[in-house]
Amino acid sequence: MGTFLDSLSFPARVRKDLGEVFLKKDKEPVFIQCKACNRRALKQDWQKNYYVCPVCGHYRAIGAYYRLSLILDKGTFKELNEGMEPKDPMSFPEYRDKLKVQTEKTGLPEAAVTATGKVGGHKVVAIVLDSRFFMGSMSSTVGEKVTRAVEYATEKKLPLIIFSASGGARMQEGIYSLMQMAKTAAAIEEFNAAGGLYISFLTHPTTGGVTASFASLGDITLAEPGALIGFAGPRVIEQTIHKKLPKGFQRSEYLEAHGFVDKIVPRSEMRDTLIQLIELHT
Amino acid sequence: MLEKVLKSVEKLDKKITTLEKKAAGETEELVNAAYESDEILEDIKEEYEAWEYHGTEIDRLKQLRDYLLQDCTKLTPDEKVFLARHPKRPHIDDFIEGLFTDFFEQKGDHLFDEDRSIYGGIARFHGIPVTVLGHRKGHTMEESMAYNFGMPCPEGYRKALRLMNQAEKFRRPIITFIDTPGAYPGLEAEEHGQGEAIATNLAKMSQFHVPIIAVVTGEGNSGGALAIGVANRILMLENAVYSILSPEGFASILWKDADRHKEACELMKLTADDLLKAGVADGVVREPLGGAQRDYKEVFKNLDEALYANLKELMTLSPSGCKSERQMKYRKIG
Repeated sequence: MGTFLDSLSFPARVRKDLGEVFLKKDKEPVFIQCKACNRRALKQDWQKNYYVCPVCGHYRAIGAYYRLSLILDKGTFKELNEGMEPKDPMSFPEYRDKLKVQTEKTGLPEAAVTATGKVGGHKVVAIVLDSRFFMGSMSSTVGEKVTRAVEYATEKKLPLIIFSASGGARMQEGIYSLMQMAKTAAAIEEFNAAGGLYISFLTHPTTGGVTASFASLGDITLAEPGALIGFAGPRVIEQTIHKKLPKGFQRSEYLEAHGFVDKIVPRSEMRDTLIQLIELHT
Repeated sequence: MLEKVLKSVEKLDKKITTLEKKAAGETEELVNAAYESDEILEDIKEEYEAWEYHGTEIDRLKQLRDYLLQDCTKLTPDEKVFLARHPKRPHIDDFIEGLFTDFFEQKGDHLFDEDRSIYGGIARFHGIPVTVLGHRKGHTMEESMAYNFGMPCPEGYRKALRLMNQAEKFRRPIITFIDTPGAYPGLEAEEHGQGEAIATNLAKMSQFHVPIIAVVTGEGNSGGALAIGVANRILMLENAVYSILSPEGFASILWKDADRHKEACELMKLTADDLLKAGVADGVVREPLGGAQRDYKEVFKNLDEALYANLKELMTLSPSGCKSERQMKYRKIG
């Protein structure tokens, strides 16, 4: 951070896609602009607030590793199947280039991070889909990583927590993407049959093939406030039924009211809620 | 182009059938007459000439038809999508009538509603009691609307699961027919848990101990197709397609332009042969040249053979072997 005088020395550098505002020479952004209310707030205020907008309360997308750092006990994080890279099973034009861009933007090789670690002293398997990478879409590698982590949890008899965030199928992987739904759902069902606890945590957005597979199969289903959750996207629905959708349609609160979510959990209470639930099952 | 060719072929087919019937009728009369009396020999001669005339006409028309059908020997993916969606293509009602006996329809999810876009029940296949179900499309506009164009709501998937749970209970093999543009993207469908219904079907189908065979008869799109398609064996009719999304949806997501669907077809690798190569489909069932709508009987015969061979093989597996074989099929992909 620069001095107060520095902060007056505009022009600043702005990364519009991320809404980050840098002051001259700074490597870290000083201000972050909210995508909902467009107001800027100090990064340190965002941080204190777990990246929920200090002005309007909008939930900003957070990275997979950052989310894991919010829930896991310090020093217990251990990644599973680290560095698994996407394949290009259909030799789809420009797919590899697009993946490169996603990796440059996020530093991730794929949209899923899988790990073991402890939550309040209890060992768990945690899976996080990162919406910043290709909208968290389901590729064959995402499906494979999820399946392997679930199988690991089944084998080691560990509770399973999955944070879903996905725009749906990875179009560039076609039928291979579709088949991941069957594969992951089967893995969850085997985990279920073995008596494991699966907490499905839905974050913005959880849609398409992820909603229609592992995300909807939790023993306990939690959701972050205001997350878009559904199978078909709202635009497709509006085009099909030629009607405007009701306010708040497909949002967490709407799903809670219609019987598909156990509880809406703010980010600040995420870790405590998980600890409570795991302890109720031990 | 294909559409025009098929329309002409259809006209020719009709004409040929009429003439064939006429000619056959006349030959029969001819023979009968010969027994009756020699006196009408003169009449017979006239009729015989007429028959001969029809015969040549039939040959001429057949030649023309076959010439037109040469266009159909190598179809593009986009043309296959056209055939897969052809309104006269055999649908689940036709397959059940053509391949099964003693069909008893089961209606409703017994929870909330009866979704007519899923059709199914108990029947016999080669004498074996099976549960048969699938997406239902209509041949006419009225039927199509009543069946919601084969796009199920959660109630349809829950009805399918109810039927399949019973199949598991009574140890009946399950045969499903896939032909859907996708799960219905509607307001109530979402409110009633479209995602949950599909997910539950995928999970439960992975656990069944009875053989499951899925046949993609027309178009199989997205999770809406997969929700009744987790099977030991997936058979595809030659011109059927199976993909992540409709080509129109694919183009509109990828390029924000649904009109580029033809281009999408080329990239999507959605034909039966593509899926066989990908290890998703296990067999391709041949169709008559020009598509299944031209000759139901031939399609039924080919499909019957393929289904029976696969079913016989699967019925030799132990219940747990059947389940793990199915799980392995999907575990290997990706």
